[in-house]
Amino acid sequence: MSTPVLDVHGLAYAYPDGHQALFGVDLHVHRGERVALLGPNGAGKTTLVLHLNGILTAGAGTVAVSGLPVEKKHLQEIRRRVGIVFQDPDDQLFMASVRQDVAFGPANLGVRGAELDRRVLAALEQVGMAEYADRPPHHLSFGQRRRVAVATVLAMEPEILVLDEPSSNLDPASRRELADILRSLDVTVLMVTHDLPYALELCPRSVVLSEGSVVADGTTYDVLTDEALMRANRLELPFGFDPRSTSMAPPAG
Amino acid sequence: MGAGHGHRLHFHGHSPVHRAPAHVKLLLLLGFVLVVVATPREWYAAYAGYLAVLLAVIALSRVPAGYLAKRMVVEVPFVVFAVLVPFVATGPRTEVLGLSVSEPGLLAAWGLLAKGTLGVLASLTMAATTEPTAVLAGLQRLRMPELLVQIMGFMIRYLDVVTAEMGRMMTSMRSRGCEPRSPRHWPALARSLGALFIRSYERGERVHLAMVSRGYTGKLPQ
Repeated sequence: MSTPVLDVHGLAYAYPDGHQALFGVDLHVHRGERVALLGPNGAGKTTLVLHLNGILTAGAGTVAVSGLPVEKKHLQEIRRRVGIVFQDPDDQLFMASVRQDVAFGPANLGVRGAELDRRVLAALEQVGMAEYADRPPHHLSFGQRRRVAVATVLAMEPEILVLDEPSSNLDPASRRELADILRSLDVTVLMVTHDLPYALELCPRSVVLSEGSVVADGTTYDVLTDEALMRANRLELPFGFDPRSTSMAPPAG
Repeated sequence: MGAGHGHRLHFHGHSPVHRAPAHVKLLLLLGFVLVVVATPREWYAAYAGYLAVLLAVIALSRVPAGYLAKRMVVEVPFVVFAVLVPFVATGPRTEVLGLSVSEPGLLAAWGLLAKGTLGVLASLTMAATTEPTAVLAGLQRLRMPELLVQIMGFMIRYLDVVTAEMGRMMTSMRSRGCEPRSPRHWPALARSLGALFIRSYERGERVHLAMVSRGYTGKLPQ
C-alpha cells in the first residue's frame, strides 16, 4: 500500500508526573479514510492526538505524517499537515474577526496577500460561513463557532483533519450540519468521539483505545455490534439506538 | 452566549470624535490627564476650563450624558475616600454645615475629587467613542511593544468568556443555597474565585496549544 497519511508505531508516553498514558499504540490511517477514535474517558485519546502534531514528544515509538517523522526540525511542516480542531471553539478562536482567525494558521506558514485571501475564503465556503467573515467570533452561535474552528484548520490545507469531540454541545441540527460538512470535505479525518451514532454515520472504520492501548480496529459497524468488546471498554450505545436497524447494517441474508 | 455583545463601554456613533484616529485620541487623553494632574489644586478656574473642554468634546461625540454618568460609578471608592479625608486629616479646622473638618483635608479632598472625576470622565469618553480593537491598533501605531498589545487583545477577547464563566459559577452557588454577597459565604466565594483563576489559567494553556498547533511562533500576523 501507499505511505499512510498517519503512521503511529509503538507509541508510548508517560506524563512528567509519572502517569503513563500510552502503552505502545499502533495506528495507520490511509489517504481519504475517515476513522473514529473511540474509548472511555481517560483512555489516552487526547494524549494520542497531541502526539500527532508534536505538541507532546513520544517517550518511545514513532509518529510519521505522510512519511515525515514528527521531530523538532519538521514541526512547522507537521503542523501544516495535521490540522487539529479542539473541543472548545473559544480556545481556538481568539482574533477580532472570523477572517483574521481563519488567516492565522496560513499566515504563520508564510502565506500572504491574494493567496491568503483565497485560502480564507475557500475554507469559510467549505463550512458555509463565508458571509460571517467580518464578524467577531464571539458573537456567533456555538455551532457556527465550531464550524469556523474547522475552517481555521482547513485554511492550512492539512493532509489529515483531527477533530476532538466535534459533536459535543451541538444541538441536533448543528450536529447534522457539521456531519454534512465533514462528509463533503475531500480530506482524511480522524475523529475522537463519544458520540457512537455519529461515528457510525461518518466513519466507516473505528479504532478503540482503552487504557493506553489499541484494543480494537475494524469497521465501525462491527465494533459497535460486538457487545463483549463494548462492555469491556466502557462503551455504550445511547438508549434505543441499534446499529443493526440503521442503513449502515449489512443487507440481511 | 452568542448574544453577549462586548459593548459595555462603547457607544456606537459616527461623530467626529468617533471618527478621529485612535492613536490621536490616546495621545490627547494622556496629555489631558497629565495636565490635569499637574495643575495645582488652588487654580479653581483652570478646573472649570478643563471641565468645559471635556463637556464640549462629549457634546460633540453625542454620547448621552446619562450613559457616561452610569459608568461613573467606578469612581465611587475614590469619592468615599475623598469624603473621609477632611474628617481624618490634621491642621486648622473649619466648620462646614455644622461639622468640624480639617482645612487642608478639605483642599486635598477637592483636589482628589476634581482630578479623579476629570480623569475618569475623559477615559470613559475615550472608551465610549473608540472600539477596543481600534484602541489596540492605536497603541500599535504608537509603537507599544507587540507582546503587550497581544496580551491586551487577549484580555479583551476573553473578558466576556471569563465573565460568563463567573456568572455560571455564581448561579450554581445560588442554586445550592449560597448567597455570594453575604459575608457568611465569602469563604465559598473566595474559593470559587480561586477556581476561576485556575480555570482561566488552564484555558490560557489550551488557547496557546491551539495557537501552536496552527504554527504560532510568537508573532501575530498583521
